[in-house]
Amino acid sequence: MTALILRELRLAATGGHALLPLVFFLLVATLFPFAIGPDAPLLARTGGGALWVAALLAGLLPVDRLIEPDRAAGMLDQLAVRGIAEESVALAKLIGHWLSFGPPLMLAAFPAAALMKLPGEILLRVELGLLAGTPGIAALTLTVAALTSGLRNTGALAGLLMLPLAVPILIFGAGMSDPAGSAGALKLLAAASLLLVALAPFAAGAAIRAARS
Amino acid sequence: MSALLRFVSVTCVRGGRILFGGLDFTLEAGEAALVTGPNGAGKSSLIRMAAGLLPIAAGRLERDGATALADEGLALDMKLTLRRALAFWGGLDGGDPAPAMGAMGLSRLADVPVAMLSTGQRKRAALARVIASGAPLWLLDEPVNGLDSDGQARLEAAMSAHRAGGGAIIAASHQPLALPRAKPVTLS
Repeated sequence: MTALILRELRLAATGGHALLPLVFFLLVATLFPFAIGPDAPLLARTGGGALWVAALLAGLLPVDRLIEPDRAAGMLDQLAVRGIAEESVALAKLIGHWLSFGPPLMLAAFPAAALMKLPGEILLRVELGLLAGTPGIAALTLTVAALTSGLRNTGALAGLLMLPLAVPILIFGAGMSDPAGSAGALKLLAAASLLLVALAPFAAGAAIRAARS
Repeated sequence: MSALLRFVSVTCVRGGRILFGGLDFTLEAGEAALVTGPNGAGKSSLIRMAAGLLPIAAGRLERDGATALADEGLALDMKLTLRRALAFWGGLDGGDPAPAMGAMGLSRLADVPVAMLSTGQRKRAALARVIASGAPLWLLDEPVNGLDSDGQARLEAAMSAHRAGGGAIIAASHQPLALPRAKPVTLS
């Protein structure tokens, strides 16, 4: 299990894939103030939500490289022959994927918040929300990656599968920026995230098995 | 000694079509089976069934002990050197891949990235993983595809050493493969 997680981290690090979500996230944070204009109160009000959209899309970026290359190379078959359950493989991939983009995104939120002139308390809530929400995003990405592996031209299909399930994370994540309802939003965000994390290894494991026959 | 692998009237269905049915054979320690048949007869499916990767439509399959599979999937990380890529599997199998790399004539290539290897060298690497696994049952799907005569000789030597050590082998091949006293499994 540890070997599998380490392999995921190594793949993310050597391929430069780990950088991609990070760069995307910062790119959105840089462009957003240009589009909205230098209106500090407006930026502070909308910035949290924009960061959440950026975080969600950044986490979904590697959907085509999480499962499919390993399936095509026979990696998943070799693991199965060794008696390692597909669910364990999926869990290792989930942990590896989260480690490669969740904590970096939380770090990147600091410069991003500065670019958007977010006040400190909102930044704190965004960080808390990212901590609770990014595992859910990772779980969702993994599930969709497993469901679409082995199919061709999966870009549009992956988006269609993902977006409805990502909406709760986005609503409650962005809701955390609202000072009035942030406590309730955090609980609901954590609940939605937990549900996705709990289901993902089983859904992805079953999808990996189904893709074989 | 109990059988390492036993097919009891196994039927294989792919895409709603029966590829073969009522297949019976047993492999005990030191034995080998050579699966032959035309393209699409189900040779690879038989190997994947034996590996537990394909469901069995009817019949029963008994396995005893670990298996090692070499099929068309390379399953090595392209960016790693051959030594490190094989060491990943060595870590899971609990064996040292270095002697197996030597047996397949890969020692000189240990520090070359997998992506730079030729087809035949990749095939040798996949076979080296099987040799290093220490599993008693080897499942080889077209093991000589892409191998030169030296590679084939090394594979045949490794196979006879494996059988002498109490292992069993199923090989599916449409090319001649020296597997003495192998049970013929012919699919049509």
